[in-house]
Parts: sequence; structure tokens; C-alpha cells
Amino acid sequence: MSDRITLQVARYRPEQESEITFDEHDVPCLKDWVVLDGLNHIKDRIDGTLSYRWSCRMGICGSCGMTVNGEPKLTCATFLSDYAPGPVRVEPLRNFPVIRDLIVDIGDFMRKLVRVKPWIVRQVEKPLTEGEYLQTPDELDEYKQYSLCINCMLCYAACPIYGLDSKFIGPAAIALAQRYNFDNRDQGAADRMTVLSEHEGIWGCTFVGECTKVCPKHVDPAGAIQRYKLTAAMESMKSFFLPRGT
Amino acid sequence: MAGSHVYTDYHPRWLRRQVSTYWWLEKWAYFAFILREMTCLFVAWFVVYLLLMFGAVAGGADRYQQFLAWSASPWVLTLNAASFLFMIYHAITFFVAAPQALVVHVGRRPVPARLVLVGHYLGWAAASTLVAWLLLRPS
Repeated sequence: MSDRITLQVARYRPEQESEITFDEHDVPCLKDWVVLDGLNHIKDRIDGTLSYRWSCRMGICGSCGMTVNGEPKLTCATFLSDYAPGPVRVEPLRNFPVIRDLIVDIGDFMRKLVRVKPWIVRQVEKPLTEGEYLQTPDELDEYKQYSLCINCMLCYAACPIYGLDSKFIGPAAIALAQRYNFDNRDQGAADRMTVLSEHEGIWGCTFVGECTKVCPKHVDPAGAIQRYKLTAAMESMKSFFLPRGT
Repeated sequence: MAGSHVYTDYHPRWLRRQVSTYWWLEKWAYFAFILREMTCLFVAWFVVYLLLMFGAVAGGADRYQQFLAWSASPWVLTLNAASFLFMIYHAITFFVAAPQALVVHVGRRPVPARLVLVGHYLGWAAASTLVAWLLLRPS
């Protein structure tokens, strides 16, 4: 295996370009180097103007999501050696506006996320003297999978529906809504249903399923959406046949 | 790509990339998805074909014979063979998707996805066996 690999890095400098261009750099291809290491090498040793996001380097923060050879990936968890002999093409995440080089604007997601109330909603808080809201392991397992989402936006980049219709709430926001819907301490499911049941909510999803395939934390957003479709359909039937409630 | 982004001196021109009309040709997974969506056309055709058959049966022996002759024409045979393949694809993709949407609990324990999938295939096999028995049993 060669000890070097070519990185083709997307550049977008809005003050001088109107389209993405590519710079090519040879970087070391060490066994334990990930794509992010290659980018850091370029930034530190070759071209300090390259802009991209990263933070934890261990698949926790969700900052370093980019398109690597056409696939949305966390660059801190994508080994260069897997792409040997190269080249490796690194582009910004798809379906988001590009601010600069490999940095995209995720403001649209942040605004949608708030709409689904991704926090525990209580109608009435119990007094502190009654202690914590205890959960059994089974109750934790109901939502734990969805709580692993790190907002890396790979699912949005993989979703053609979001690319075609930016009003679609999208996979991560719905999965995070489900994380709280399945939490037995939460009482906000009815509030979330108003948003999730919109056309741009769960019904916008046509179950391409790529969001689940690219998720680095195995959250299964596609499953979360389909499960909520079932819930919403059942609620709709109930309200039709039992308009006054049970 | 909402239209509510605020442009400032520091973000003079964010690049908004258009999704290609041929996005569904970029990856096999997207193409498989489009094929799956297209299966609805063939499902609709089989419904129409069934209604035509009901009409022929109700119309008497002559009309039913005409229907059978028409069904044996090469283009109808080809269309039905293609529809059959698409129906199988439709069923398989539906079954693969089912465990993601259908989380079944026995008591407090969720049933493994693999079992939900196997249950669907067993149901399919049972329904096919029943139909085969109804069609092939000696009269």
C-alpha cells in the first residue's frame, strides 16, 4: 500500500468564486489516519485557508460530517486506507447551503428541531421531595436508540426528499421527537403530533431509507418515521371513530 | 435550504446547489427506491386486469373466452410477466421495511426484527399456498 494518498478537497470561497472548485493534495496515508487527519494535515502544513468543522475526533460531536467519495460520512470515523490507492474526494454535505469550503449552514435543521420540542415536556412537575423520575432498563430501551443522535446531519445529506423539498422536517428532527415520545417521563406527545403530522412532517417521507444506512450511531431515523406514521394513522382513526374520546 | 437565511457581509454568497433531475440515477439505492415506487403502477394494472376478468366472467362464456384469448396475446403476457416481477419486488421491499415500522412487543419485550420479517414471509407463503390449493384442487 502506498504511504500517500491524494485528497481532492472542495473549495468554495464566496468572495472570489461562484461554484465549487477542487484542490488536490497528497497527504500521508497512515494506517490509523482518518479523512479528518488528512484535512488537518492540509490545514497545518499546506494551505491554512481551508475551512471545515471538527471538534472531538471521536464520533461524538457530529461536527465533521462531509461527503467522502459521494457518501455522507463522519470524517473522523472514515479511514483513508479504506480508499487506497485513492483519490479521495471530500465535499461539503449535500442538501445544505455552503458557507465556505466544507462548511454548510445547518440553521434550517436547528429551526425545525425546536419545533418538535426535543426535551421532556411535563404537564405537571412533581415536587422535588418525591425524588427523581425513575426508569426501568426496559423503559430506557424504548427510546435509547434514538437518544444516540449526534445531529451530524448525514441523514439530511443522504435524504433526497429533503434535497427536493426543503420544507420537510427531516430524519433527525423526527427521530429526536420520537426519542421523547417513547420516554415514559414525557407528556408532550400531543404537542409534537401537531408538527409531525403535517404534510412536511412524517408524511413527507417516502422511505428511501438512506438516512438509516448512513447514520454513524445506528439511530434508524427511517424506522422512527415509519413508526410515527403508524401512530399518527391510529390516532387519526381513533379521532374519526371515537370523536368524543374513549 | 430554507429561504430565511440572513446574508451579512461575512456570508456574502452562500452556495445553494440544485438537486439534479437525475438524482435517482446517482446511487443504486436511489434507483431501487424509484423502482419500488414504480411498482404501484403494476399493482394498479393488476387491479384493472382483475376487474376486466370479473367483467368477462359476468358477461358469459363467450366473453370469458375472448378475455382468455386477449390475455394470451404477447403484449398482455409480457405486461403480466413484468407486473408479476414488480409485484414480487414490491412485496419483498415491503417486507424488508416492515420490521422498521412495526415494533411488536410480547409483554414488555420487543420481538426481534428478524422474527417480524420471518412472520411476514410465512404469512405470504400461507396465503400463496391457500390460493394455489383453491386453484389447483380437483373439481
